[in-house]
Amino acid sequence: MKVMVAVKRVVDYAVKIRVKPDKSGVETSNVKMSMNPFCEIALEEALRIREAGAAAEVVAVSVGPAQCVDTLRTALAMGADRAVHVDAGAAPVLPLSVAKILKALVQVEKPGLLILGKQAIDDDCNQTGQMVAGLLRWPQGTFASKVVLDKEKQVATVEREVDGGIETLSLDLPAVITTDLRLNQPRYATLPNIMKAKSKVIKKVTPAELNVELKPDLEVVQVTEPPKRKAGVIVSSVDELIDKLKNEARIL
Amino acid sequence: MYRSALSGVTSKSRRPLRCPFFSPFRAETPIISSVSPSPGLESRLPIPSNRFSSFRDPPSRASFAPSICFPDWSPGLRRRVVSRTRGLCGGSGDRETLEYDVVIVGAGPAGLSAAIRLKQMCLKRNADLSVCVLEKGPEVGAHIISGNVFEPRALDELIPQWRHEGAPIEVPVSSDKFWLLTENHSLQLPSPFDNKGNYVISLSQLVRWMATKAEEVGVEIYPGFAASEILYDENDRVIGVATNDMGVAKDGSKRETFQRRVTLLAEGCRGSLSEKMIRAHKLREKVQGQHQTYALGIKEVWEIEEGKHKPGSVLHTIGWPLDMKTYGGSFLYHMSNRQIAIGLVIALNYRNPYLNPYDEFQKFKHHPAIKPLLMGGTVLEYGARTLNEGGFQSIPYSVFPGGAIIGCSAGFLDVPKIKGTHTAMKSGMLAGEAAFRTLVEGATMETYWDNLKKSWIWEDLKRARNYRPAFKYGLIPGLTFSALERYVFRGRLPLTLKHGKPDHEATDIASLHAPIQYLKPDGQISFDVPTSLYRSNTNHEHDQPAHLHLRDSTVPELVNLPLYAGPESRYCPARVYEYTPDENHGLKLHINAQNCLHCKACDIKDPKQNIEWTVPEGGGGPGYTIM
Repeated sequence: MKVMVAVKRVVDYAVKIRVKPDKSGVETSNVKMSMNPFCEIALEEALRIREAGAAAEVVAVSVGPAQCVDTLRTALAMGADRAVHVDAGAAPVLPLSVAKILKALVQVEKPGLLILGKQAIDDDCNQTGQMVAGLLRWPQGTFASKVVLDKEKQVATVEREVDGGIETLSLDLPAVITTDLRLNQPRYATLPNIMKAKSKVIKKVTPAELNVELKPDLEVVQVTEPPKRKAGVIVSSVDELIDKLKNEARIL
Repeated sequence: MYRSALSGVTSKSRRPLRCPFFSPFRAETPIISSVSPSPGLESRLPIPSNRFSSFRDPPSRASFAPSICFPDWSPGLRRRVVSRTRGLCGGSGDRETLEYDVVIVGAGPAGLSAAIRLKQMCLKRNADLSVCVLEKGPEVGAHIISGNVFEPRALDELIPQWRHEGAPIEVPVSSDKFWLLTENHSLQLPSPFDNKGNYVISLSQLVRWMATKAEEVGVEIYPGFAASEILYDENDRVIGVATNDMGVAKDGSKRETFQRRVTLLAEGCRGSLSEKMIRAHKLREKVQGQHQTYALGIKEVWEIEEGKHKPGSVLHTIGWPLDMKTYGGSFLYHMSNRQIAIGLVIALNYRNPYLNPYDEFQKFKHHPAIKPLLMGGTVLEYGARTLNEGGFQSIPYSVFPGGAIIGCSAGFLDVPKIKGTHTAMKSGMLAGEAAFRTLVEGATMETYWDNLKKSWIWEDLKRARNYRPAFKYGLIPGLTFSALERYVFRGRLPLTLKHGKPDHEATDIASLHAPIQYLKPDGQISFDVPTSLYRSNTNHEHDQPAHLHLRDSTVPELVNLPLYAGPESRYCPARVYEYTPDENHGLKLHINAQNCLHCKACDIKDPKQNIEWTVPEGGGGPGYTIM
């Protein structure tokens, strides 16, 4: 069975971001980029599934500009067998477009399991996994905190973190799983693997070749920083507090 | 927690991949592992300090695996393959040995220049040498911070076509001012610098560009890998470095070793391995060199309002806020994109233990001549680093058996020019050439030292040697002498002034000084340390042993605190060291190693030299992009 993992290249989690002066977005030039942390967890889970013997191959895919190749090389260094880069140009690609591309790739690669991170840390959309599952009409187990694969019965048992607690689902393969934080701790790529990954071939595809039309249906109008916190005021008595709440903050 | 360790550009090297050489570890028994005509090599690895407690655990493997190595034999080149390794930290995990002809520690201007020069010579002479550069930062350029007014002299020699290859060197110096500041006024003095033909750059950006150039010629660069130990053979010859691999918590350690025939240490000022080398081989004594002296530079990059920005404008100041006995000054350079670099450099031989360099910098920004420029602007990045000021008198003998020390690790900064990038690059180039001659023509690395002495580095540093030591007599005598040096003597005086006491011995005891009251940060011009630290993008994996070691853990409470009022809690620009009340109502030193900016000030300034800076897990530390 083949496992496909979708990874995204995002601004590194430790970087302090700032808004571009023209408010069109977040400053991403000269900023450190790396693989989305949830995608790393997804890749780690796929590698563990392969190491447990339930899968034969792990394929990493990424949709984005040319620099995505670096993220895919990290994926190869961590242990993925193959990588596919879908070059969608420099403009950011929205979740629905990514979902359509992944659907087309799934129809080419025919994996038994598609694993993604639950959301990307740059847009926090939490949409791609669910959309892909809908387009493919595959079962989905999102926010997975535990995944157990049964190879013979071709069933995945997924424990999901939901608001009320943990929900256990049983999914017939092929299925889509999106990973949450507590699923695993991703491994570090060792230097010999990084060296080997540098020379591996990454297959490059364009959306046109997959018969997917990228039509952005959302336009970002403005990005602003949240308003700065105002200093607090120390009041001297309860009466003053009530007065302020009534007359200044107008919430009483 | 999450880290990817890949440099940004695909390598175009056509060198065939070697099969990594694996050997499990036992403390006593060697493994013969390859059929090499050259004599077997036994590597004696230094005993690890107890931070890697894994070696005391019983090894997890019961038997040896046969080790296979497929050497790549190129005719004409003697490849010495490691055939026996004797373990030191037996214990969990394999140790993988990776072989290169040259390994360079540090992907800074010196390290990358050496790599590029070496590969250029290989291409010209049709030789094939494998070059690997290890960098402890998460990516190339992440640990690079400098003023920087760049003199392109060395780059012109290294990559003559840099102007047409997209080098991020675009802002020529347009004006060059020098002010003496008092608390409320500024007095313009004639500029002692000659910056015509120089450029205002971000060194971090330049180094990133150099890394792409290096990879184009086939250099392999590995960011996120910190070289933590030097490996020796039985003749005390350096044959490798071992990296601290990541992902292992305080209870286990997996390491990788790099074997090669030439090692170049390019770790920057006060490099941890370089200092060990200099001490072990007495490299300063060999040439009657003096101790190195240092300064701490604290810098911010601001984005200022459009009308105030003058690209290429260069300003240096001396005087306020520092007193007459403390050497130092500020810099303010206008880069492109409305960005300015502003910083304060304070020599670390300051006397008052209550001096807080970070707070002095915040104070400086409030000067009436500086503040208007910053009003309405935002800080983009913050960082700090020590730099060498010893100059000519402090250069150690830079060659050791098995390699050499290049760049600021040896110390080639030209103090009166306040520039060290061009000399670092030139030293790297000379070492690259010497390494080539050593590996291909059978010369030795001593050629590096000989060529160093014949190069313009030597000439420039010799001419500049007396400026800094003159300041040990105070600000006015220093300035007077500097003027005489610059216009009259020009370095031709037959004497060489000596440095004063080493920086750590220069600190007076606290009772001789009064605490300095610093103003609280206003959040617009001046900021508190946590805010600044956030802007440095500093991060370390928290679950690792602290990389700052106290040689004697009782010294802080017994010596530093009572005698010197705990100076480390003041000079550290990242607030790593804090004295917090403990349960006995005393004060105890608390080390927040995760904040560390890798500036090395503590290693230099601690009065009893009790603090040892060692390299933490690779991939941590600051994340400078435009510094």
